Amino acid sequence: MGELNRTVTLEGSEAGFATTKVDALLGWARKYSLFAYPFVTACCGMEYMALASPRFDLARFGAEAPRFSPRQADLLWVVGTISQRQAPVLRRVYEQMMAPKWVLAFGTCASSGGFYDNYTTVAGIDKIIPCDVYIPGCPPRPEAVIDGLLLLQDKIASGDRRPGVVKPREDPLKDLVQLRKKGDKGGRSSDKEST
Amino acid sequence: MSKAALEKLRAKFGDAILETHSQHGDDTAVIASERWREVCEFCRKDPGLSFDMLTDLCGVDFPERAPRIEVVIHLYSTQKRHRVRLKTRVGETVDEELVNCAVDTVVPVWAGANWFERETFDMYGVTFKGHPDLRRILMYPEFEGHPLLKDYPAEKTQPLIPYRETDEDGKPLEKQAPFGPDEGMSFGRKHFTNGGEA
Repeated sequence: MGELNRTVTLEGSEAGFATTKVDALLGWARKYSLFAYPFVTACCGMEYMALASPRFDLARFGAEAPRFSPRQADLLWVVGTISQRQAPVLRRVYEQMMAPKWVLAFGTCASSGGFYDNYTTVAGIDKIIPCDVYIPGCPPRPEAVIDGLLLLQDKIASGDRRPGVVKPREDPLKDLVQLRKKGDKGGRSSDKEST
Repeated sequence: MSKAALEKLRAKFGDAILETHSQHGDDTAVIASERWREVCEFCRKDPGLSFDMLTDLCGVDFPERAPRIEVVIHLYSTQKRHRVRLKTRVGETVDEELVNCAVDTVVPVWAGANWFERETFDMYGVTFKGHPDLRRILMYPEFEGHPLLKDYPAEKTQPLIPYRETDEDGKPLEKQAPFGPDEGMSFGRKHFTNGGEA
């Protein structure tokens, strides 16, 4: 919350006027009062429950209040696989929300369809509704979701509407490449070196 | 275990039992499709068989065979504690159309067959003659075709609402989910259209 305490000194022709941006104030207010609508359809819901419970405590970030009416919510959590049959429902829920509104794709299925590359699954909710933050993972760890929420709060505060993705803390393919190189030299016996 | 059941079916129906086989204690009889209902009723009512529980009813598609679709039911007797599997074969492909794909319903014999038969109709296009409510059960009514047939294209989707092509301001959608090399990761999204690989 440090941004409100910043001291601004005005000089030259601006002296005598104090200007600030209402947007910045609104962004600050909005990012700590997200009312969430959980659209929970699949196994990621378990991880969402863990996240909302006291152990990981989403309340620390001002996003703990779920609203089960889209008209009272301004953050749509899409948690789980979206089938073609559910797509109109999801679109309708999104359209009923009041602006400003944000969408968070929780897990790989909501982000891209995941491994359900078939006749019945929507390959990512961005095919239906605009999406602000993608959280990959099957399911994502609560830490990753908190990363996603903080990323969304940054975007809200700065007015950035471009989609963002939560990056893994490490590149998951990095180790695979190393393993392959080790294998060329003669097996995995060098595992001890890496530790 | 219930080879006796197969013997009994063969003795009673003769030519209507096209083939039987037993493996690892599972016994299977293939029934001529026109006597399907009759055989099922016998299985349920005969005191020596008394198959009172329908465990499963499903379909299997063998596109190279004619008739190509098998309807399979798994039966269990809670009194005799034995099982049997009955199959029948229906449907042919003529000019890439599925024809003669119909068999009598067994809902009057086991009420639990109702939703199983709806699912088999939904996924394979088998029409169950006399079914009280033969609608799709998993797919939506607008869906065309039957997705578990082997000739249904694996990647064909039939969206109920059109996919987004413009963003909120009406501009063409340039960027899909930002997964891929541009975001500092070594993997990309499949069907990535914005300069990504493959």
